[in-house]
Amino acid sequence: MENIEQRVRKIVAEQLGVNESEIKNESSFVDDLGADSLDTVELVMALEEEFECEIPDEEAEKITTVQQAIDYVNAHLKQ
Amino acid sequence: MSRRRVVVTGLGAISPVGNSVPEAWENLIAGKSGIAPITRFDASAFPVRIAGEVKGFDVAEYLSPKEARRMDVFIHYGMAAGIQAIRDSGIEVTEANADRIGVNIGSGIGGLPMIEETHDDYLNGGPRKISPFFIPGTIINMISGNLSIMFGLKGPNIAVVTACTTGLHAIGTSARMIEYGDADVMVCGGAESTVTHLAIGGFSSAKALSTRNDDPATASRPWDKERDGFVLGEGAGVLVLEEYEHAVKRGAKIYAELAGFGMSGDAYHMTAPDTDGPRRSMVNAMKNAGVNADQVHYLNAHGTSTPLGDKNETEAIKLAFGADVAKKLVVNSTKSMTGHLLGGAGGLESVFTVLAVHNQISPPTINLFEQDPECDLDYCANVAREMRIDVALKNNFGFGGTNGTLVFRRLS
Repeated sequence: MENIEQRVRKIVAEQLGVNESEIKNESSFVDDLGADSLDTVELVMALEEEFECEIPDEEAEKITTVQQAIDYVNAHLKQ
Repeated sequence: MSRRRVVVTGLGAISPVGNSVPEAWENLIAGKSGIAPITRFDASAFPVRIAGEVKGFDVAEYLSPKEARRMDVFIHYGMAAGIQAIRDSGIEVTEANADRIGVNIGSGIGGLPMIEETHDDYLNGGPRKISPFFIPGTIINMISGNLSIMFGLKGPNIAVVTACTTGLHAIGTSARMIEYGDADVMVCGGAESTVTHLAIGGFSSAKALSTRNDDPATASRPWDKERDGFVLGEGAGVLVLEEYEHAVKRGAKIYAELAGFGMSGDAYHMTAPDTDGPRRSMVNAMKNAGVNADQVHYLNAHGTSTPLGDKNETEAIKLAFGADVAKKLVVNSTKSMTGHLLGGAGGLESVFTVLAVHNQISPPTINLFEQDPECDLDYCANVAREMRIDVALKNNFGFGGTNGTLVFRRLS
């Protein structure tokens, strides 16, 4: 089983159409990976799907980098 | 000032008989049917289980996975045919000409597959499961929108929606835009992809479709005595239209001239055809082109294979041309092989009509086993025919009583 970091990076790569090798944990979705506002909404939906959780809009707005996504999932994942 | 002339300089096609113009044309001339059992969904509960599906289409040849995921299939087809047509035309988009090149590719229904899937997502998971790309992925003008973004085309950006006349009206109105001076080049046509539960179900309920499930290849049989409805097809056909001098100046390959366009309304019935509307459409188009009926050699008919429609079009042709002249005309339905692409029909069939003029050959109307005595014209039965084609007409008619006719002329 892949760890959470690997799973998040994989989803980011797939959703934003970038190579995983280009993704750093500190990468910003919008500034570094070319996402627009619709991309980020869809990315959050994909994270919800993968980790079977619900990310409220006010929390989702704070997730702007790969590391923030990893941190959010780590903190909220149902064990 | 004399009227600006419009010529065809690029062609693109995604169809049930092939996913490129040369492949589709070769299969068409060989009389191959593109109709087969439905594979897109489990149709076993439906009275109709056959369609003209596009086969072996790889969207990755045209779009990145990220782009493709956000567009419904009709947009994939329209983009692919548009990209083919632009490449075929050899036109180069520059800062100087970008705002003189427009896009006008329509669809009859639009993103029905994605609408159905998204509704399922909503019912299963609630409103949070509706993608932010649902709306831009399904609305009809997004072929024009996405193609303009891909190539930087800054001229008119529009999409016509007139049921089964969509593709034809898109081409006709685009020609008018070039004539009027709104653009020098228009990328235009139609696309459709609705092999879905609701489309097959809806047309089945309307008793519009052939139920010849046991013999798909012979189900679409325009003007045959045993015809029992149309077969749903999918795909796209796109033309690059260009102002004549503009095309000559850059040394473009010219397939044919788009010499005329006519339109009319039946003002009669939601779905049933009328004779006078199509007649007036053909007469208006010939008048616009400045051609007499006896100068027309070939007519690519709407020819859907419905009992009423085929007889009605035959009557309308006789009224428009005069009975004696109509008898000398070669009338052909390529839907006998592709099925009916709805909003894509006028696009794909215009590609075929242009090729008929360019190659001086009429495709066959296949499956004409026993011609209906009430349909008594020369339909180029079963075998393609090399023939002189100086002028060709292309008809399409749609629900709502909307008619359109194009006139293509050979450039000598």
